[in-house]
Amino acid sequence: MNIQILGTGCPKCKTLEKITREVVEQNGISAEISKVEDIMEIMKFNVMSTPALVVNGKVEIKGRVPSADEIKQVLSKY
Amino acid sequence: MEKNKRIRLLLAVFTVLPALVVLYYYLQPLVNLFTYNLLGLSSDSHLGTSINFFFYDTIKILILLFLISSLMGVVNAYFPIDRLRNYLTTKKMYGLQYFFASFFGAITPFCSCSSIPLFIGFVKGGIPLGVTFSFLITSPLVNEVAVAMFLGLFGLKATIIYAGSGILMGIIGGYILGKFKLERYLSDWVKQIQANSEKETEAWQGEKTPFIDRLPYIIKDGWDIVSKVLVYVLIGIGIGAAMHGYVPENFFAQYLSADKWYAVPMAVILGVPMYANAAGIVPVIQVFVAKGVPLGTAIAFMMAVVGLSLPEATLLKKVMTWKLIGIFFGTITLFIIGLGYLFNMIL
Repeated sequence: MNIQILGTGCPKCKTLEKITREVVEQNGISAEISKVEDIMEIMKFNVMSTPALVVNGKVEIKGRVPSADEIKQVLSKY
Repeated sequence: MEKNKRIRLLLAVFTVLPALVVLYYYLQPLVNLFTYNLLGLSSDSHLGTSINFFFYDTIKILILLFLISSLMGVVNAYFPIDRLRNYLTTKKMYGLQYFFASFFGAITPFCSCSSIPLFIGFVKGGIPLGVTFSFLITSPLVNEVAVAMFLGLFGLKATIIYAGSGILMGIIGGYILGKFKLERYLSDWVKQIQANSEKETEAWQGEKTPFIDRLPYIIKDGWDIVSKVLVYVLIGIGIGAAMHGYVPENFFAQYLSADKWYAVPMAVILGVPMYANAAGIVPVIQVFVAKGVPLGTAIAFMMAVVGLSLPEATLLKKVMTWKLIGIFFGTITLFIIGLGYLFNMIL
């Protein structure tokens, strides 16, 4: 699984990255997590409000920091 | 979320909300009780009134800030930015688009790190530059923190004037900037995006999480805003409380009164490069007004500080040339100066 966190470096983006890493670790999900900070790259996802969670190229959550449960639910679809 | 949790959440919301409102209404007697009876300070002493003032203002503003931030969070859960963009690109608006863009700029929370993605998102969706500017003008100017601070320290009338004129300035400023044909001054990569812009045809994807399950996060976000600006509120009110006692009455009136023609432009030009968030600056401005600065001059200064700043200019540099930033800042500065004169005449 390929997980990308989109965000220009604001505190909320860092929170999302932290929660996502925790969820992945605690549930033993094999995933590659990367952070996309370049604005030109972020815009390719057609996202206007950061932070955003992208799984295998698909934008799943944008504009807010979800709960760990919600991330777990999203990831379980893959 | 399971049913029990939901019920507990609703119960909590319906206990805390009325409790806060009651506290707000009985705040002055409660603070009096605390400072004069419990702490035993004299209501005639300078220290006593300053401490009373400090507690009263701080608690009042924190309540307002929390309630308004949470309310804005609820509104934003229903009016997300994607929906607005779809709306602006798919409907014929006959000029109303400037109003909508400016109005939504006011109700969406402003975060400096999201202004650039928003700007690009608008340009990419084929929304005209002028309409995008409407949003960009109002978004930092009218926000939950500024509104809560104004409401707490200047009252309802000044708040409506501030927010109303901010939105109006977004509409008119965006319209005029749109007429200038400024597209050529965008950064090259943004121009490319604009050339390839396409109307969003995909249907807006609704949020599937039910509202009640999002509520805890909305309230948490509201609380986050309060805790983030808390220190600025304390410093601002602290400085304000100290100034109240030590700056002589009408001290500023001799330099910044309404009949000095240079007062408004000077206040605005000083304010533009300054960056302070509304939480820290409003309590200090309140003292300025109490000591003889006309409200119009004060509002103009406040708009310049909050609405335009050097950090914002450097962020915008990613999408605009310096020339466009200059035109944008210059136009808005002139507008704010004009507003300042107008307020001083009519208020």
